[in-house]
Amino acid sequence: MSSKYGVVSRLKKKKITEVIASGKRMDGRSLEDYRDIQLRTGVLEKSEGSAEVFLGKTRVLVGVKVGTGTPFEDTPDKGVLMCNAEFSPIAHPSFEPGPPDENAIELARVVDRGLRSAEILDFEKLCLIPGKVVYMVHVDVHVLNYDGNLIDSSALAAIAALKTTKHKVYKVKDGEIELTDKKVELTVRKEPIAVTMLKIGNSLVVDPSADEEDIMDTRLTITVDEEGNICTIQKTGSEGLTQEELKIMMKMASDKSEMMRKKLSETK
Amino acid sequence: MSKRRKRTKKRYDGRKPNELRPLKIESGVLPNADGSAYIEMGRNKVLVGVFGPREMHPKRFSKPDMATLRCRYRMAPFSVDPRRSPAPSRRDNEISMVMRYALEPAVFLDRYPRSAIDVYAEILEADGGTRTACINAATVALVDAGIPMRDLIASCAAGKMDDQLILDLGDYEDKEGQADVPVAYMPKLDKITLLQMDGILPMDEFEECVNLAIEGCNQIYEMQKEALKKKYGIADEQEEE
Repeated sequence: MSSKYGVVSRLKKKKITEVIASGKRMDGRSLEDYRDIQLRTGVLEKSEGSAEVFLGKTRVLVGVKVGTGTPFEDTPDKGVLMCNAEFSPIAHPSFEPGPPDENAIELARVVDRGLRSAEILDFEKLCLIPGKVVYMVHVDVHVLNYDGNLIDSSALAAIAALKTTKHKVYKVKDGEIELTDKKVELTVRKEPIAVTMLKIGNSLVVDPSADEEDIMDTRLTITVDEEGNICTIQKTGSEGLTQEELKIMMKMASDKSEMMRKKLSETK
Repeated sequence: MSKRRKRTKKRYDGRKPNELRPLKIESGVLPNADGSAYIEMGRNKVLVGVFGPREMHPKRFSKPDMATLRCRYRMAPFSVDPRRSPAPSRRDNEISMVMRYALEPAVFLDRYPRSAIDVYAEILEADGGTRTACINAATVALVDAGIPMRDLIASCAAGKMDDQLILDLGDYEDKEGQADVPVAYMPKLDKITLLQMDGILPMDEFEECVNLAIEGCNQIYEMQKEALKKKYGIADEQEEE
């Protein structure tokens, strides 16, 4: 198995796999435990909404900027939500400066799909002049320290940041838009929560650390909304999954998402 | 099929809910590639070329104990309406990545340390479900290149439109539907190697979608085998004997 972020020796892989097979983790957690989650909102002043998540040593910062722009051709009367992820080189020795690699692109797209599938914003309300000008909501994820499970931490930070977003209102006058002093909150209609699980050997674990992600066989992320619907699924890793394993992971995702949602409601 | 589904509506292209689009797979279509395949899955037209195992360039990307599988998914500018930019999008990059993860479990990569196996998929015409079409063709092309594999990988999507669960979504169903679940599956080993979802589904319907997609994969699996037998003249020989 090659490693994505660094060289984990075969010995380390053997050790991690053995410890997990015995029902424990290298950091003392059980297989179904998340690391300590800390969520703070309103950490930035210049962005309309922001949140920072600490998940163990993993640290991500999300800033939401709201501006205007042209709508997509196929949805001329809907506002736009865009998610981007940046792996800063300060986050890990193996992260290099440069354009986003496939892991950064995947992170952005999985978080984006989770938000969009759940239709968390009322996109029709974010239209100013149909076909011409709509609100653009940019969700920028910055990874400040990497120790595994960027998807869950970024998705949680994104939803928390959107929930605290207050943006300036534009009004339409004679077919032109005009900035007003009024500010409104974004209405967030859903709370999709991402839960990432790994298969290592024959065991399933949640909230993987960087070392675990390095040696994993399969990774599966399931995003669940508050009604228990699935909003996104993403599988990576060079091994297949059986249908039995998939069932166990679905159950695990719905259990864990409730715990994370609680964290989110406590923060607000 | 589910018992919960009381009514079955015809789909916009007249198909039954659990019916695949017409599928045509041809193997060995590119003379310069080590292995190749052409697939028509509905109105999707995809060409896949496999090169390798060959020396890895740049060398520092090679792995000392196994081959590296590299996938490249690209859509031609004329493959969609309106024309798209030929520059790779974030979507192209992500699909290249999930394609690699979908194929890797089947390939004996440890047989070729230090080398590269390149899988290039060119979408000539897109009509929804291009990633599944690419995986189907890439599997056949990998076999055509003589690369040892644990199983063939068959791929197809299931989803939901107008509250009905459907198999093998076309472009319109993909865009207008409620959910899309692309699956890749190794029938002999009974393992799922690609699983994604877009849209929104209750847990039980998601499970049904996966089962429906696997049914579709089993049908595609047979057609992949046929395409390979045809290329290597096995079907003909049996008839002669």
